[in-house]
Amino acid sequence: MSKSTSSTIELVNKNLKKRYRAEKRFRAYGILSIGFGLLCLVVLFTDIIGKGHGAFTAHYVQIEVTLNASTLDIRDATDPEQLALADYQGVVKEALRTRFPEVTGRSDRRSLYALVSNSAGFAVQDILKADPTKLGSTVSLWVLVDDDVDTYAKSRDDAEPFIGRLSEKQIEWVETLIASGEIKSRFNRILFTNGDSREPEMAGIRGALLGSLYTLLVTLVLSFPIGVAAAMYLEEYAPKNRFTDFIEVNINNLAAVPSIIFGLLGLAIFINFFEMPRSLPLVGGLVLTLMTLPTIIISSRAAIKSVPPSIRQAAYGLGASKMQVILHHVLPLAMPGMLTGAIIGMAQALGETAPLLMIGMVAFIVDLPGSITDPATVLPVQIYLWSDSPERAFTERTSGAIMVLLGFLILMNTVAVLLRRKLERRW
Amino acid sequence: MTTTSGIQDVPVNGTVGEPFVDSAKLSMRNVNVFYGEKQAIFDVSLDIGSNEVIAMIGPSGCGKSTFLRCLNRMNDTIEGCRVVGSLNLEGEDIYGAKLDVVPLRARVGIVFQKPNPFPKSIYENVAYGAKIHGLVSKRTELDEIVETSLQKAGLWNEVKDRLDAPGTGLSGGQQQRLCIARTIAVSPEVILMDEPCSALDPIATAKIEELIAELSENYTIAIVTHSMQQAARVSNRTAYFHLGKLIEVNETEKVFTNPDHQLTEAYITGRFG
Ligand SMILES: Nc1ncnc2c1ncn2[C@@H]1O[C@H](COP(=O)(O)OP(=O)(O)O)[C@@H](O)[C@H]1O
Ligand SMILES: [Mg+2]
Repeated sequence: MSKSTSSTIELVNKNLKKRYRAEKRFRAYGILSIGFGLLCLVVLFTDIIGKGHGAFTAHYVQIEVTLNASTLDIRDATDPEQLALADYQGVVKEALRTRFPEVTGRSDRRSLYALVSNSAGFAVQDILKADPTKLGSTVSLWVLVDDDVDTYAKSRDDAEPFIGRLSEKQIEWVETLIASGEIKSRFNRILFTNGDSREPEMAGIRGALLGSLYTLLVTLVLSFPIGVAAAMYLEEYAPKNRFTDFIEVNINNLAAVPSIIFGLLGLAIFINFFEMPRSLPLVGGLVLTLMTLPTIIISSRAAIKSVPPSIRQAAYGLGASKMQVILHHVLPLAMPGMLTGAIIGMAQALGETAPLLMIGMVAFIVDLPGSITDPATVLPVQIYLWSDSPERAFTERTSGAIMVLLGFLILMNTVAVLLRRKLERRW
Repeated sequence: MTTTSGIQDVPVNGTVGEPFVDSAKLSMRNVNVFYGEKQAIFDVSLDIGSNEVIAMIGPSGCGKSTFLRCLNRMNDTIEGCRVVGSLNLEGEDIYGAKLDVVPLRARVGIVFQKPNPFPKSIYENVAYGAKIHGLVSKRTELDEIVETSLQKAGLWNEVKDRLDAPGTGLSGGQQQRLCIARTIAVSPEVILMDEPCSALDPIATAKIEELIAELSENYTIAIVTHSMQQAARVSNRTAYFHLGKLIEVNETEKVFTNPDHQLTEAYITGRFG
């Protein structure tokens, strides 16, 4: 008897080392995969931030503009029509000529003018519009430089500065202006105040951000109530039969359908059949609703299922009706889970591109959308559009826009986690 | 008949003892309960008198909870559960088409095995029933109901300073007394208790038993218990269930000293359980 116990212990001890080793290996696998994941994340973020941080600054040049009435071709500064048609670019050019009097040849002058963004004229117009009495006076203002100049200024400390289409003379002028402090880097407000533009220095993500916001708003307003109601019916009321099994299987299938299919569906239903216009956040929201509904239904059902049966029993036992049990107990307890599911669904929708391409939200739209029925694009589509543009400045903006998108995604997921923590109750 | 298996083979024909009383609050005749195809209760007939405490004992799985749940139709919430037979609450057919379960459950309250307060404040827990049944119109009335219910449940002194604290933060015994307070807040006539002490320690159990004795002055109580001592301490009558059948109903003292049926005797002497 004692012999057999001692031999058992020996056996156990012999195996113990092996077991510990296996345990260590098991943990090491876990650490390894987490390490790999983190590495990928770090590479991704350094790449994007490395490329994109420049998008948040832009170079401006200081010019002394004389608001010469004859050059502007304005006789009456209070007449809005004259103000609208005036030759603002002309006074900007004049200012550049005054700054560099030694530049005389026609083509030299043209390349001098090219240093400044086309938007400079609008800056001058804004000044006159705000204060027509300024006509005839000289104002000093900071205007955007051309995107090539901006890219050069940002890369001039690099081993191989970006030259692009800049000529040697232009570079010389730029260097002069940088040395004298007349070209300076500033926060790029344009990125957050403008819509899309063909000129990279004028292009911003506000239009796409608003488009995303409106689209998500439509998606949330439609998919959350519908999803919660569907989940509640399926969990609480639906009889358990073949038909509900069939519905359940299909909801799970829908969650796995590639998003572009939903885009095609949206194209067929909303645009071709109901003849809604293309590019609308409303239509985009409808399509994304179709896409996020399964996610929301599934997570809401899981949340409802996780409400302990003892709570329902307690309420029924007190004489609560089914609706009271659901409204007073089940839904409040399931709400954190449902909201988390909804936010994760929204985050998915925010990053979705393919289905929106199908319904025409890929158009080049300069105007900022003011409502869900104004043509718009969305952030990921804007990224897709910019990444396709050849200009270096657009590459930078692409990464900048990706950073903004990632920022929003991180924000939404953080909110989801915080919300769950705050609302979660223990029982 | 000396071996346990021998006893279990004894055929059971009807119920021995005195299952019927003169002034019955609840009166059940030939009740059969099915879970799908499986029958859990066979032809049980029993009366529960006004203001009596009736204990239901028996080995686990014999159908005590199932029978108890019939009395306020909690079985309705279980998919596939079917009840046939006649059940009456003061002459009203409990399973009748005319009867509404909402008021029924207000009249016949239930306390469960595991304390299950709502994850809300102590106040809200007690006030909930009164609120949904619209028993009060003013906040002060509600305050009064909460206070008297907590007092009746012997919990008032322990929680009066923290009515806003979550009910789930109380100790197990306090939670169970909170559940009892919640049940009596809607002034039921009958309180069903399904092993209310099985999740509690002896001290908390003693408190609940004391409470049951006090409550029996005003309420009819049916209590399922797996503790024979508890049945002996709190009840007037005891019903012994075996494999879905009601074997014996008698005065508690008689059941525990001189039972009429061999199965009852075998159970209380601990030959199976
Ligand atoms: N929800 C249910 N579905 C199917 N069978 C059940 C269910 N509840 C109880 N039963 C069955 O009914 C019988 C009686 O159970 P129960 O009333 O819980 O016994 P007790 O409370 O006496 O332990 C058992 O055989 C059990 O398996
Ligand atoms: Mg039971």
